[in-house]
Amino acid sequence: MLDIKQDARNFACRVVDLKKEYVLKSETVRALRGVSFDVPEGDYVAIMGPSGSGKSTLLNMLGCLDQPTSGSLWLGGDDVATMNDNQLATIRSQRIGFVFQSYNLIQQLTVVENIQVPLFYQGRSLTREQNKRTYELAKMVGLGERLDHRPTQLSGGQQQRVAIARSLVNNPYFILADEPTGNLDSRTSEEILQLFERLNVEGKTIILVTHEDEVSKRAKRVVRLKDGRLQWDKTNTQEVRDAAAQYAIDNMPVEA
Amino acid sequence: MNLLIGTIQLSIKSLWLHPLRSLLTVLGIFIGVASVIWLLAISKGIGDEAVRQVESLGADTIMIRTVKPPSEKMSSTGLTPYGLMRDEFDMLVATVPTIKSALPIREMRRQFQFKDRKLDGRLVGCTPEYAEVTHLELAAGHFITDTENSALDTHCVLAAKVAEKLFPYEDPLGQRIYLPENKNYYLVVGVLKPKGSSAAIGGSMAAQDFSYDVYIPIKTLQNRIGDTVMSIRPASREGEVIELNQITLRVFDVANVKQTAELVKAALKSHDRMEDIAVVVPLELLEQVRTTQWMFWIFTVMIASISLLVGGIGIMNIMLATVTERTREIGIRRALGAKRFHIITQFLAETSVLSLAGGITGILFGLLCGPTVNLARYIANTFWTEQMSELPQVVQTLQPSIVPESIVGAFAVSIIVGLIFGIYPAIRAAKMSPIEALRHE
Ligand SMILES: Nc1ncnc2c1ncn2[C@@H]1O[C@H](COP(=O)(O)OP(=O)(O)OP(=O)(O)O)[C@@H](O)[C@H]1O
Ligand SMILES: [Mg+2]
Repeated sequence: MLDIKQDARNFACRVVDLKKEYVLKSETVRALRGVSFDVPEGDYVAIMGPSGSGKSTLLNMLGCLDQPTSGSLWLGGDDVATMNDNQLATIRSQRIGFVFQSYNLIQQLTVVENIQVPLFYQGRSLTREQNKRTYELAKMVGLGERLDHRPTQLSGGQQQRVAIARSLVNNPYFILADEPTGNLDSRTSEEILQLFERLNVEGKTIILVTHEDEVSKRAKRVVRLKDGRLQWDKTNTQEVRDAAAQYAIDNMPVEA
Repeated sequence: MNLLIGTIQLSIKSLWLHPLRSLLTVLGIFIGVASVIWLLAISKGIGDEAVRQVESLGADTIMIRTVKPPSEKMSSTGLTPYGLMRDEFDMLVATVPTIKSALPIREMRRQFQFKDRKLDGRLVGCTPEYAEVTHLELAAGHFITDTENSALDTHCVLAAKVAEKLFPYEDPLGQRIYLPENKNYYLVVGVLKPKGSSAAIGGSMAAQDFSYDVYIPIKTLQNRIGDTVMSIRPASREGEVIELNQITLRVFDVANVKQTAELVKAALKSHDRMEDIAVVVPLELLEQVRTTQWMFWIFTVMIASISLLVGGIGIMNIMLATVTERTREIGIRRALGAKRFHIITQFLAETSVLSLAGGITGILFGLLCGPTVNLARYIANTFWTEQMSELPQVVQTLQPSIVPESIVGAFAVSIIVGLIFGIYPAIRAAKMSPIEALRHE
C-alpha cells in the first residue's frame, strides 16, 4: 500500500480494484466490478463502452462526487475512497475540474461568476492573481467579450466553453468530461475538442467519456469498459490522432 | 467574511429571480411585524389614556357619589329625597381619622345665558379646594375663594368651553351670566383652561367631561337654588331632591386608601337599602385598568404570534418549492465543491433576507403608526365631520404610543421565524447527494 501511495505522486490518479454497487429495493446493481488503471500526468484518456457499462459511475468517482463500495482511488497522495463528505467537497473545490454534457452553469450568475464558483467554495477571498486568472481563462475560451452575460444569453457551445474555463480555475489534477460534446453539433464539438487538445499540449491531464469513435481517436489513450469491467486499454498512435483531426476538419459542414 | 457577503449577495440574486414570489413571502412577515407594533401601540395609547384619566382623579382620593336609585325603590308619589346628606359629610370628617380633606359637591344640569346666547351645561357647587383636587387650571381671574364660599357670594368660574360659547367676543371677567331656570345672575371671576376628561365615576360609563361646567360656591347654591331641582321636559315633570352629589375625600397616605374606603362604606351602610350611593376608589380603578391592559396585551401577542406563524409557514412553503425547483443548481454547486454546510447557509441566508426584509419594512411601517392614525383621523374629520363627532371619545383622541420592546421583539421573532421555518428546507436541500441532484431535471 505504501508503495502505491508513494508512486501516486507521479500520477494524476491511480485506480485500484474499484467496485461500486447500488443497492436497490429489489436488486443490487453492480455498476463497477473491479476496475484498475493508472493515469500519468499529462495523459489524455477517452473512456468508451456501451450504455450502462459504468462509464459515468467511474467518472463520478474520479471526480469525488461519489464513493466506491470498495477499492482505492489515489489522487495526489490521498486515498479518496476513505474520505467523508466534507473532505470530498474540499477536494472538489480545490483539485477537480468537471465538465458535464449539459454544461450545468448556474443561471443567476454571469460568465465570470460562474467561472469563479469553485474558488468561492474554497472559502478564502479571491486573490488578485485568481481574479486575473478568471479573466484570462474567459479570454482563452473565447468569451472575453461576454464576461457579464448570463448563461441563457449564450449558445450551447459558448456555455460549454464557460464550463471548461470553470473546470480550469482551481488548477485541477485533471479535467473530467462526461460526454462534453454530446449536446453539440459537429462544428462546435470540434471547437471543444481543439480546446482540449490545446490544454493537453500545455500539460493538462484530460479524462473524457465518449460514445463516438471519432472523438476517442483524438485522445492519447482509450479505455473501454464493459459490464463494469475494463475490457481493454490501448494507446492511440500519433498517426491515428492526426488523421482523426484532419478528418474532422475535412468533414466540417461548410458555413452557409 | 467573503463567504458571508458572497452568500448574502447570492441569496438576493436568487430571490430576485422571482420578485413577485419573494415579495408575497415578505408580505407575510411584514404584516405580522407591523400588526404587532400597531396593536401594541394602540393598546398602549388607549391604556395610557385610561391610566391618565384615572390618575387625574388622584390615587389618594375616594369618591362617594349619589346615584339615582332603581325606580322600584322610589315612592311613586311625590319626590323622594335620596343620596348623600350634609350631615353625613360632617360625620365622615369628624369620625374617619385618615381623612386629610373632604370636598362636598352638588351638581345639576342648568341653562346659562349671556345676552341672547344660551348654553346647556353643568352647574357645580363646590369649595375652593375643588380646583386643586380636580387639577383645574386657571386661564384668567381666580377660582372661588373661601370668603366667597362663606359670604354666600354670587361669584362664578367658567370652564373653557362655556367661556368660549357664551363670550365669543367679550372678555367674560366682570360680566354676569344669567340662569333662566332660577332667575338669578352670577358674576364671572375666573375662566379655566381646557381640561381633558377624567375616568368615568359613579354609575355612568362615559368619561367625565369638565368643559361645560360653571362653578359656584356650594353654600350659594344651597341658599339660592336649594336641594330640590325640577326640570321641566315636554313630556313629563321630573325632579330630584339631593343634598350632595359627591363627596371627594383625600387621605394622608396612599397606603391607607383601601382601609379608609372600607371605613367609609361601613359608615354609610344605611344607604345600602336604597342603593343610592356608589363609592369609587381611583386606585382600584387603576388596578382594573392595568389588568385590562395586560389582558389586551396577551391577546395582542397571541394574534401577532398567529400572524407570524402564518408568515413563517409561507416562508417554509416557498423555500420548499425553491429547493425542489433548484435541485439541479444544488447539484452543480455540490459538484463544484460546496459542502453541505454551504448549501444550508445559502438557503438560510435566503430565508433570512426574506424575513429581515419583512421585519425591517414591518418596523418602518409600525413606526408610522402615530402619524398614520392622525392622518386618517384628519381625513375622516374633514370629510365625515358629523359621523366622527358621534364616535366614542377614545377614537377622537387616541394617540398610539409605540412600545419599544415590541420593535425589538417583533424584529427578533421575525428573524427566528425565518430561521426556524428555513432550516428544514435548507437541510433537505443539503441532504441530497450531488449526483442525484445533478440528475434532477
Ligand atoms: N444511482 C443509481 N442507482 C442505481 N443504479 C445506478 C445508479 N447510477 C447508475 N446505476 C446503474 O449503474 C450502471 C452503470 O451506469 P452508468 O451511468 O455508469 O452507465 P454509463 O456507462 O455512463 O451509460 P451511458 O453511456 O448510458 O451514460 C447502470 O446499469 C445504471 O443503471
Ligand atoms: Mg453516462
